[in-house]
Amino acid sequence: MYVAVKGGERAIRNAHRRLAERRRGDPAVPELSLEQIREQLGLAVDRAMCEGALYDPRLAALALKQARGDSVEAAFLLRVFRNTLPRFGYSEPLDTGAMAVERRVSGAFKDLPGGQLLGATADYTHRLLDFALEEPQQPAPPGEEPEAEAGSGSEATGLLPRALAQLGEEALIEAPPADEGAPVPDITRDPPLFPAERAQRLQTLARGDEGFLVGLAYSSQRGYGNTHPFVGELRQGRVAVELVPEELGFAVEIGEIEVSELETVNQFTGDAEHAPCFTRGYGLAFGRSERKALAMALLDRSLRAEELGEELGAPAQDQEFVLEHADNILATGFMEHLKLPHHVDFQAERELLRALRRAWEERRSAPEAAE
Amino acid sequence: MSDSTASSPIASSQAAPDLQQSLRRDWMSVLARAEAAELERLWQALDEPAGHRLLRRPETGLVQLRGRIGGDGAPFNVGEAPVTRCSLVVEGERVGHAYVLGRDLRHAELAALLDALLQDPARRPRLLEAVIEPLRTTQAARRRARRRAAETTRVDFFTLVRGEASK
Repeated sequence: MYVAVKGGERAIRNAHRRLAERRRGDPAVPELSLEQIREQLGLAVDRAMCEGALYDPRLAALALKQARGDSVEAAFLLRVFRNTLPRFGYSEPLDTGAMAVERRVSGAFKDLPGGQLLGATADYTHRLLDFALEEPQQPAPPGEEPEAEAGSGSEATGLLPRALAQLGEEALIEAPPADEGAPVPDITRDPPLFPAERAQRLQTLARGDEGFLVGLAYSSQRGYGNTHPFVGELRQGRVAVELVPEELGFAVEIGEIEVSELETVNQFTGDAEHAPCFTRGYGLAFGRSERKALAMALLDRSLRAEELGEELGAPAQDQEFVLEHADNILATGFMEHLKLPHHVDFQAERELLRALRRAWEERRSAPEAAE
Repeated sequence: MSDSTASSPIASSQAAPDLQQSLRRDWMSVLARAEAAELERLWQALDEPAGHRLLRRPETGLVQLRGRIGGDGAPFNVGEAPVTRCSLVVEGERVGHAYVLGRDLRHAELAALLDALLQDPARRPRLLEAVIEPLRTTQAARRRARRRAAETTRVDFFTLVRGEASK
């Protein structure tokens, strides 16, 4: 039971002042601009957008500045902002097949139509601190960039066929669930009941805490569950957003966003009727959040364990466990409220404990009488 | 869009029937993708008398973005994005609409204004030349630059065959 507390107004006001000072840090150090955050802390911005479930890089930069870099708090601020806006409707599904790809790799296929583009990746760095970054860098002069390797530059990187399409042609992999035109559930409108549909699971994972998702995905790789995936394809780049305005009745493009899309190829399904084939998991995340997209794909797959008739029992296969705890705003809200005054609750428990102890003492001091 | 606001006079005012939908889709897309500052600059340079009446003031709301499972399968909701829309009428007859990703009210208003003016066959050639084509050029150049940069990272992995077979 909560009992409201009163008082403390002045202390709270002053605490907000101290917070503002702490946010600003040493005033002798120049203040961060939103452009600096957006341009130079891009992955923090992307993560705030994912977990805030709101694609707006400038707002995410503002949220990070206000939250002093705390990604959970930043996501929280974005969710609250989102609640202040009316809902216009739904976009047409993003056509990631038409993505302007800036990074595209496959762990499964060495050669795939359209080839592999490493893009801006830290995958092949040595993770040694670069002390040169201690000082501001001069931008590289134009024209000093090593060109594409000879003979490969002419290949178009515009439209790339899906890597898994080649397995699909041989029916070596399951097809994704077809678009039957059924209503698409929206967890922001109707909280999911269990078992949740795959669309609800994906929407929940898309906004889920990256750390939680990575931990669970890792657990499924280590044996708590059964995902042995290959990365069929990771692609990053820009996709057009289209919607059908009610006034027009036809789809128009309203801009473009950056996304990371990841599909895994997992081990087999099949039965008397269906020949064995690979299965797949799917991840899609705002921005360049590829770790998030990968964890999402692994968990999308592990949460299909029941559908695919696999042995159950691991946390990463348990819908309620995964989906009900993936949202860091819900989780941190319930957890952090413990810091707020619970004085009356605690007093009640203390009274109860005293009564228990009195009863215990009485029983102990008069054992014979009790028998 | 499946969520709709109550039906308004805007919905009933049809665009000129001779208007080719694909042409309009094209300029709306270019206007939506434009950087707001560049759009403003091109608009100012036009010196077009801007007598218009707002049917729907520029307003920001949310659109739930959808993806597809496996990229091409059944749809699901990914997360929302702010979108700004505006509807207006020029010279009492041509209705312009705009839906633009983001929260820039002026961007949506200018896009709606140009959408209305571009529907006028007499004005269209000049507006395409002075606004749409320059924006398109900028956008294509940006896209090409990104593609070129990505192309420098094209990789050909090769597999090393182990020595056992050659003994």
